[in-house]
Amino acid sequence: MTRRAVRGAVLPLLLLAVWEIVSKAGWADPRILPPLEQVARTAWHQATEEGLAYHLAASLFRDMAGFLIGATLGIAAGTALGLSRTADRLFTPSFNGLRQIAILAWIPLISIWFGVGEAAKIAFITAAAFVPVVLNTQEGIRSASTQLIEVARALTFTRWQMIARLYLPSALPSIATGVHLSLIYAWVASVGAEYFMTVGPGIGGLIIAGRERFQMDLVILGILILGLVGFLINFGASAVETLLSPGRPA
Amino acid sequence: MTAANVIAAANWPRLGLPRGVSDAGVALLVPLTLLGIWAASACFAWLPPQILPAPSEVWAAFLDMAQNGDLSRHVGISLLRVVEGFAAGSLAGLLLGLAMGLSPTVEDYVKPLFTGFAQVPTLGWIPFLMLLVGIGEPLKILVIAKAAFVPVTLNTLAGVRGVPSMYAEVGAIFRFTRWQVLRKIVLPASVPPIFAGLRYGLTHAWLALVAVELLASSEGLGYLLVWGRQMFWLDTVMVAMVLIGLVGFVLDRITAELEKRLQHWRIADGGEGQRA
Repeated sequence: MTRRAVRGAVLPLLLLAVWEIVSKAGWADPRILPPLEQVARTAWHQATEEGLAYHLAASLFRDMAGFLIGATLGIAAGTALGLSRTADRLFTPSFNGLRQIAILAWIPLISIWFGVGEAAKIAFITAAAFVPVVLNTQEGIRSASTQLIEVARALTFTRWQMIARLYLPSALPSIATGVHLSLIYAWVASVGAEYFMTVGPGIGGLIIAGRERFQMDLVILGILILGLVGFLINFGASAVETLLSPGRPA
Repeated sequence: MTAANVIAAANWPRLGLPRGVSDAGVALLVPLTLLGIWAASACFAWLPPQILPAPSEVWAAFLDMAQNGDLSRHVGISLLRVVEGFAAGSLAGLLLGLAMGLSPTVEDYVKPLFTGFAQVPTLGWIPFLMLLVGIGEPLKILVIAKAAFVPVTLNTLAGVRGVPSMYAEVGAIFRFTRWQVLRKIVLPASVPPIFAGLRYGLTHAWLALVAVELLASSEGLGYLLVWGRQMFWLDTVMVAMVLIGLVGFVLDRITAELEKRLQHWRIADGGEGQRA
């Protein structure tokens, strides 16, 4: 092991040790600070008997549904705004205005309009996933090189050919950045939707249930899964982004 | 096909917007149309008012809340929380970022724990903190501080690391003490990235405020949202949403303006170097 790795492990291990000692010595309410082995037991119990995988699948399904709808709509809207000056002048100011409202503040409105079931949750995640994709797609389309546009015109490309062969490929790195952000936002929004709309299956629901039942071990388990999934999503998205970026046309 | 035809074919169609119309006029077209449809919908009762209250009702709710002082009370509470949490979180972030930036040893020890801590979104920490500290004022301050802390730390670290090594060499020639290096070289040179971090931090702090007030509060703009939703008072909800957007926007504009003012601190490479 390198010296760096050893040093990095010192503080986390120290923290865990202090936690375990405080918990074992009975200095803190065991419901608030459960010993580590109890967190592990809870994790095992949840995984084997309470359907942790089912909760995770429910969250991920919502996340992906909202992300796919939001990102697709976002690419379409961003392309339209990037190509048409008129659309840009008409819609961008309104979009920028609405964007100022913190995304979580939309939850009451969405839950009144879409109910509190699955549709409302997915609508909320869709909205969260939509915004970064629109902004980055629009920027990417705008940045298409004017020389290439002139060449395409000289070659009498049709409008569709212009979009498919010129604008979208040159916007690809920027779109990838937008999609990356969108994946992160969608995951946070999935948790938010589970917090604030009806409690159902899902990791967010698990955390809220843990809080309501004063079960810190459940909350900690939920947080660990939250962080882990976020990490994996981020890792995957970064890999895809670097994969797409070198393909940038001049 | 003539050359002119080619150009025309490749051009996007000009939808019938007359040329001389100002950008602001065009920009207002969409909201005004929506407002018109909204007003018509209320007028002909296409939707029940619990689903979509009339624009006039939303306006009346706003005036009502502005006059009886509810509005300024809720906005004031929310602003105070953000300022307190942001001050605590960004101060901690500046210190940790500086410490990690100046000393690779500190970075080796702290960075992995910090990364793990930052990996869980603020929303995930709220229930954890609720169990630890309850749902009082400390919870709000801690959550907002956490939200500001992460971006400020990361940007300060990057800013300190980004100081060109030639500046440090100049400092070494002058035999600067550690404090002088910090005060005269590192801090001035890393102001722009640090300030960018503070701006992100404030944005995150505002988002975190909305989250924590939605989950656990009996005052503030987020609480107004929860309350309006429970009562099915959509007019109150809409007023709160607009205010959340407005305050967030104003906070960001203020920091953007400060950022611009501070730009002359930047030590430019080359000609402008003597200014610093």
